[in-house]
Amino acid sequence: MSTINAPAQPMSDKRAEEIIGILLRTGVTIAAIVVFAAGIPYLIQHGSAKPDYHIFRSEPDHLRHISGIVKSSIALDPAAIIQLGILILIATPVARVAFSVFAFAEERDWMYVIVTLIVLALLLFSLSATNL
Amino acid sequence: MNIFELTGLLFIGSLIAGFLGSLTGLGGGVVIVPLLTLGFGVDIRYAIGASLISVIATSSGAAAAYVREGFSNIRVGMFLEIATTIGAIAGAVVAAYLKLSWIAIIFGLVLLYSAYESLQSRSDARGPSQPDHLATILRMDGSFPTSQGMQPYRVTNVPAGFSLMFTAGVLSGVLGIGSGAVKVLAMDRAMKLPFKVSTTTSNFMIGVTAAASAGVYLNRGYIDPGLAMPVMLGVLGGSLAGARLLAGAKVKILRILFSTVVALLGLEMMYNGFVGKFVQ
Repeated sequence: MSTINAPAQPMSDKRAEEIIGILLRTGVTIAAIVVFAAGIPYLIQHGSAKPDYHIFRSEPDHLRHISGIVKSSIALDPAAIIQLGILILIATPVARVAFSVFAFAEERDWMYVIVTLIVLALLLFSLSATNL
Repeated sequence: MNIFELTGLLFIGSLIAGFLGSLTGLGGGVVIVPLLTLGFGVDIRYAIGASLISVIATSSGAAAAYVREGFSNIRVGMFLEIATTIGAIAGAVVAAYLKLSWIAIIFGLVLLYSAYESLQSRSDARGPSQPDHLATILRMDGSFPTSQGMQPYRVTNVPAGFSLMFTAGVLSGVLGIGSGAVKVLAMDRAMKLPFKVSTTTSNFMIGVTAAASAGVYLNRGYIDPGLAMPVMLGVLGGSLAGARLLAGAKVKILRILFSTVVALLGLEMMYNGFVGKFVQ
């Protein structure tokens, strides 16, 4: 308990933050490229149709669950690939939290390892719970 | 108007929203739902789904630039994320049972508050001089770089900040926004963090909060690829451009103008909620 009043170790924090910065930038860039690349064939397929977004009907199964999105993306469905890009985007902050677990573990800050694991569990729960 | 033209207009609208949102600090997400619902007649559920995605994109995009400066307090952020993620999941669940007109009215109130908050001056008032018991146990006190070297600061009122963050999470989950204004309230006003630290920490939290409710929205089928695509790319591009320009920009007048627009949109959302324009 002697470390309780010690400030966060700046060097280690700094390095962790640099990695987090790279992680976030990479995630957003990949997501944007995937969404943009799939957007072009999506517009070729659907561009001339009349939009009806004023009527709400839930998205079909293959565009709302991870397994369906991955399966339809492999079948090169542009709408599913856009959702895949969106999944990558959602996964980016999740990956950041996951990385922070290791960063805190490396500092032997077990209290924050637990705090971060709670946040990570909540995020994974929200992504996987299909009947909320 | 066909989908191709709508996509183009949504992209341009989102680009401007992201640009102004990042220049003024209000965030692009706050105007996406009014833009989509009032401007293009999109169902508010699809609008909230698209908005959430754009919020994650801007938060992660901006955080990549912020973390280098070393202002954010990772411990404060991570601890409070327990409150925001629980709130965000709860909010996303509750949203399914709320009447759409109520969502519109709450949205309007939050827009009015965000406009008000953005016009308040944020001074770096001296933090508490005595250490706070809970903040000490949670190792929240930190320091941030200033022109005179590293400046230490103390954190206080952790329970108040935690409760406000839960509220911020709920609002984020119900409305599909980043709830930056409530996060500032929690960290600046309640926990007395220096505003540079609270701004960057809040931004770092917004993406995680939005990701928690985005999972629920995706599973529920509220995220439409055709809408999310132009909104995400537009807001992201606009906010990155805004952040680049921020260095030398005089934003005071712009902030007043944009806050006025946000406030007017808030009133219009409330009006439309009251007269029942948002029906299932």
